[in-house]
Parts: sequence; C-alpha cells; structure tokens
Amino acid sequence: MLKVRVIPCLDVKDGRVVKGVNFVDLVDAGDPVEQAKLYDAEGADELCFLDITASHENRETIFDVIARTAEQCFMPLNVGGGVRTVEDIRKLLLAGADKVSINTAAVNNPDFVREAAHKFGSQCITVAVDAKSVGEGRFEVFTHGGRNATGLDAVAWAQRMAEYGAGEILLTSMDRDGTKQGFDIPLTRAISDAVPVPVIASGGVGTLDHLVDGVRDGHASAVLAASIFHFGTYRISEAKQAMADAGLPMRQGD
Amino acid sequence: MQTIAIIDYGSGNLRSAAKAFERASRESGASAEIRVTDDLATIAAADRIVLPGVGAFADCRAGVDRVDGLRDTLEQRVIRDAVPFLGICVGMQLMARAGFEHLTTEGFAWIDGEVHRIEPSDEEDGRPRKVPHMGWNVLTVSAGHHPVLTGLEDGHHAYFVHSYAMRASAAEQKLATVDYGGEICAVVGRDNLVGTQFHPEKSQATGLRLIANFIGWTP
Repeated sequence: MLKVRVIPCLDVKDGRVVKGVNFVDLVDAGDPVEQAKLYDAEGADELCFLDITASHENRETIFDVIARTAEQCFMPLNVGGGVRTVEDIRKLLLAGADKVSINTAAVNNPDFVREAAHKFGSQCITVAVDAKSVGEGRFEVFTHGGRNATGLDAVAWAQRMAEYGAGEILLTSMDRDGTKQGFDIPLTRAISDAVPVPVIASGGVGTLDHLVDGVRDGHASAVLAASIFHFGTYRISEAKQAMADAGLPMRQGD
Repeated sequence: MQTIAIIDYGSGNLRSAAKAFERASRESGASAEIRVTDDLATIAAADRIVLPGVGAFADCRAGVDRVDGLRDTLEQRVIRDAVPFLGICVGMQLMARAGFEHLTTEGFAWIDGEVHRIEPSDEEDGRPRKVPHMGWNVLTVSAGHHPVLTGLEDGHHAYFVHSYAMRASAAEQKLATVDYGGEICAVVGRDNLVGTQFHPEKSQATGLRLIANFIGWTP
C-alpha cells in the first residue's frame, strides 16, 4: 500500500533558512542542510526547498545547499523558486535535486512544462499552483505570492498542467497560507479529484488535524508544511503518528 | 579495490546515485571506487555495472544506443562475462524484452517480461488511483530471499516514482513486489542480474542496505 507523504518545506534565502527555530540539536539552525538532516532523521518522506533568493548574484547559493543535502539525505528532494528555463532545471538536477517545482514560468509559458517534462521526464516536474477563492466553488491561479491574478481557473489549469506532463501538482491556497487555519479543503478536493496525478496540499497548516483533513477530506496524496515544523510546534514523527492514529497509511519506523 | 561503473547516458541526475553508492560502500567496509561514466573502457573494466534511468522507456533506450558500442559492451560484460548488474527504475525496465510506452521499443531481453502502463484498480471509495505511482510503498519480498535483498523484509518501505512497470512472466525472476491497486513488480533478477523499480538511492536505510548488498554480492 502506498503511504501518505509528509513533506517539510524549507524557505531558503541566500543559502540560509529564512525562518526557523533554534533546535538545541542543530549545530547551525540557519543551515538548510542541518535542518534537512533533522527532518530526514525524523522520518520526513520528502524534502522541499523553496528558494526565495531575490538577487540574481546569490542564485548560485541554492546549488551548494542542494549538493550538500544530497550527499547526506538519501530521500527525494524537491526544489522550487525561480525555475524558469530548461537550463535552470538541468543545473538543479545535476546538483542533486530529484524534482523541481515550476510556478510562474508555467503561467507565463505553459509549453515550458511540456518541454521540461519531455526533456527530463514527468517524474521530476512538479507544477506549483497558487490559488485563491474567487466566489462559491471557483478558484483562480495567482502568482507572485498571491499578488498577481492570472484569470486562469485553478481546476482547469491543474488539469492542463497534468496533460502537459506535470508528474504532480503542489497546490497552495493563498487565502490560507500563513494563517494556521488549515488547508482550503474545497480547493484541495476540487483539484485532487480533477487531475490524474498526485496532489500535494499546502498552505495553512496549524495543527496535526489539518494534515489529516487535507488527505481524508481534501483527497491530497501528500501534505506539505513549513512553519509547524520550522518553529518546532510539532515534530515530523508526531505528525505522522497523528495521521496514522487517524487511520491514514503512513510510513513509520524504517 | 573494486570498481563500480554507474552508466551516464544522459538520463537524469546521477549525483545522488553515486553518493548513495559511496556511502553504502564506506559503511559496509567494501572500499569500492564509484565511477559515473559513459566511457566504454571504464565500463568494460568495472567489477560491477549499474544502469540508472528516468523518463520514458524509449528515450532511455535511445540514450543507451546513442553511446556508440555501449549496448554491445553491456551484453559482453553482463551476459557473457557475468559481471554483477543492477538496473534502477527505467534501467530495470530496460532489462525486459520490450517496453510499450508511447511506442513499442525493444529492451535488452535479459528478463522475461514486458513494460506496460500501470492500470491500478480504483481506491476503496471509488476514486481513481493516481498515476504516477509516487511515494513510499511496502515491499513484499519473495520466498527464497535473493542475496541482494538480505535484510530487506516484508513491510520495509521503498521510494517509487513511475507510471510504467515491468510484468515479469517468470515467477522465479520476480524477487519483490508492492501493492498499488494490483501487484507491481518491485525487484526482478536472475543469475548475476538484479533490477529495482524503486530508487534505492532515495530509499534511505532500506535503499542503502540493498546497495551495500549489491556491492558485496558474488553471484
């Protein structure tokens, strides 16, 4: 039986973790690699790095972070943020990423997803969809952290991206992101039920029940969270235990 | 010191595979030299050969064929000289007779089987099961425990990401399976050949164990 994935996400800027708590067992809490190792040891099923480095000069820092992580964590590594060209993808994969998340570049040029999936295989192409509710049961795709409306219907967009070769959809509710009120379940469910590929639910996790809801009610295949793990509110192992207690199939103990 | 050639024919990221082999080799005290290479002389001289692969069957087959002489070198070393061989993901699928992804493509015909799109049954609540089969699934290891699977037990998890899978015809060549709305072949093998549909280099302790077993294996 396939297990539900719990994916901690690390926001990385200029090669450093942006937010995070000073775990006593970390040598350097700002080092993404140290954080990744901790998540690895706690049983994370995948790792996600979101590179939010703004300046072009510092873009190279993420490659070093990925390379050092890949040397020590033998688990799937997804990297997003600023993925715009085939060359960007190639460099990330060579550094040690297994998957890349494409967001704005897909909106700007949907054929980029087709090209990327053709060149590297669907298994390593995740399309990140940031969506907001725009009325009863309707959701629109936004870019730039929810600032720019695209006019695209989120469900149709996710379907199109799967058709173009996305191996999975990383779905973030921009209404819920940062609120700790839980995933947008109607959104998650609408997308999950509409696409043949796995959907990772993201945005809004504040409690462990929220993780359960995303899978049970939202029909997501995987759940992603940043702050509840960063700030040490919950450990990955606690999250997986809570989900197992709720009857979800989880990977534990090996 | 033995040499292990991880064949680089343009299919995906081999860094993590190389790192996993280095780690497994170090931890098992095997002291193997890991070479990521498309050089035929290096491959021909290697004590063990690893063929990774991601993407589509036909693309990977074309990638192998693009390296002039690689197919012959593999046949010579793996089949005639019986050098231990490990295929990973599409590298495993290439061991089959043929693949039916987009078009029909011949495989190496080392394992009696064909590669088809997976067609899992629906979830219990009637929703269609997702394809690709992506994530951690639970191994069922066949009786008779192949040496490369030593220490791997029923219930251990491995990381999968694929939409096509091998249907192995000979039961004795099917070394482990997982369930995803039907049986999926997870490990195949015979004689000096082993292939894993999952990614041992991404499967944490279970994967490292399998790699260490392969490094220490004398077929």
